[in-house]
Amino acid sequence: MEVIDLIMLIYVFVLAIFVGFELITKVPPTLHTPLMSGSNAISGITIVGALLSAGMEEFTISTILGLVALIFATINVVGGYLVTDRMLKMFKKK
Amino acid sequence: MQIIIYLTYLIASVLFIFGIKRLGSPKTARSGNMLSSLGMFLAIVITLFDQHILTYEYIIIGIVVGSAIGATMALKVQMTGMPQMVGLLNGFGGGASALVALSEYYKEDSSDIAILVTLVLSILIGAVTFTGSFIAFGKLQGFVTGKVVKYPLQNPINVLLLLVVIVAGVLFVIDPSRVDMLLGILVISLVLGVLLVLPIGGADMPVAISLLNSYSGLAASMTGFVLQNNMLIIAGALVGASGIILTIIMCKGMNRSLMNVVLGGWENAGQETSSGGTAPQGDVKSVDAEEAAMIFDSAQNVVIIPGYGMAVAQAQHAVRDLANILEKKGINVRFAIHPVAGRMPGHMNVLLAEAQVPYDKLFALEDINDDFNNVDVAFIVGANDVVNPAARNDQSSPIYGMPILNADYAKTVIINKRSLNVGYAGIQNELFFYPNTLMYFGDAKEAINKLVNELKEL
Repeated sequence: MEVIDLIMLIYVFVLAIFVGFELITKVPPTLHTPLMSGSNAISGITIVGALLSAGMEEFTISTILGLVALIFATINVVGGYLVTDRMLKMFKKK
Repeated sequence: MQIIIYLTYLIASVLFIFGIKRLGSPKTARSGNMLSSLGMFLAIVITLFDQHILTYEYIIIGIVVGSAIGATMALKVQMTGMPQMVGLLNGFGGGASALVALSEYYKEDSSDIAILVTLVLSILIGAVTFTGSFIAFGKLQGFVTGKVVKYPLQNPINVLLLLVVIVAGVLFVIDPSRVDMLLGILVISLVLGVLLVLPIGGADMPVAISLLNSYSGLAASMTGFVLQNNMLIIAGALVGASGIILTIIMCKGMNRSLMNVVLGGWENAGQETSSGGTAPQGDVKSVDAEEAAMIFDSAQNVVIIPGYGMAVAQAQHAVRDLANILEKKGINVRFAIHPVAGRMPGHMNVLLAEAQVPYDKLFALEDINDDFNNVDVAFIVGANDVVNPAARNDQSSPIYGMPILNADYAKTVIINKRSLNVGYAGIQNELFFYPNTLMYFGDAKEAINKLVNELKEL
């Protein structure tokens, strides 16, 4: 990685943290549990890396690690979004 | 193709941001979650077209197994078990990030310092999140003691382990062929996760879960650096920020520093018995269901204050019935929710939503606290420390300075509790002995059902 590439990644990281702070301070306390499970599902984005490892041509230790990572990440993504939806369905106004 | 993939990742990142933005209101929240899951779906599907993916057998196995487990967990879990569920999900996310980073190490020989450093960080944060979350899950589920666990040399041991990780990390970055260093970091990080969460007491779990939530995001971000993938960095950073904000809100809700919570907190926290000492003494007045019903019947303004005890007794439906019958009698009923009530941020809100209490009846501390002077009856269900006036008046109290709900300002305070036992902070609640306080003893669900039946007869 060139230094400039690294700096670009750090730019993205820092700016995304600011966006996150701005967005999340506006979430009302009543939605804090769904926020947590929903954002938790987003952190399952690491599934993309798991797919790349589990789908390699030759079978290596990387593939095994990728497969386990893929199972974990899928639990995180599927479980997170479903349970969040289950909760949000219940929030009703009078 | 690679260009299309990257553009789709950009769309996915935007969908995540919009998804969280729409969580800003209960009206739009559900669609927000769907947008965010659409982003995830797009990201997964387009990745399958990546030129590096050549076989699909393991991918299919992984996705089928993971989906089956995840869906079963999500559909089976009870609303009272939500803190455990979120704890587990944090753990899987963190574990996945650490494994992806490790897999990346075996895949490609890299001597790039930035990649190696973030690889170490991803493994460290991911592994701590993994075991830490499982301990948190165990504490919430009751497998692991919910008490504050203190072990000898607690802090020196943790600092030492962290130093070992740093030294091993430096050695690994200098010589990336040292796989022993990397595996050592993994093992120590797994141990650290256990040691860091073990001391945290049950009622401090909202902080622990928020913090682990943040870690799971940061681990994903670090993996994003390893893979040089902007989408992972963005998504991880959003989650990292979310967890940190919730952590700060929870700590403020208890007027404590993060360090104080993480290191095990109050001296008597989580103990079953009172330490005695300055415990307030005096007469306790108690009422039965009939008397309590008459007091409610003559009120105009009622505020219900739920706490963890309501979750334990699964009393949210009974509480809803109580609110309904009072409203039928023309009484104004509102709910006051303390930020740290329950075992995770927003725990009470989810339980009451499950019981179909409209969310516009739920008020946060700062929105209702000035109004307690006009309240006829404050009804406290399974809450304790968060209504202890000692937090306002007693400078020697360990909870002094903690924001509390001003239940004691109400004309009458009725407290439903099983006994006069102390709360999590390990101190007696002086509110029990106030002249305007009435204790209504009993299991929350049973006692409130009885109360509702009495009210029906009035």
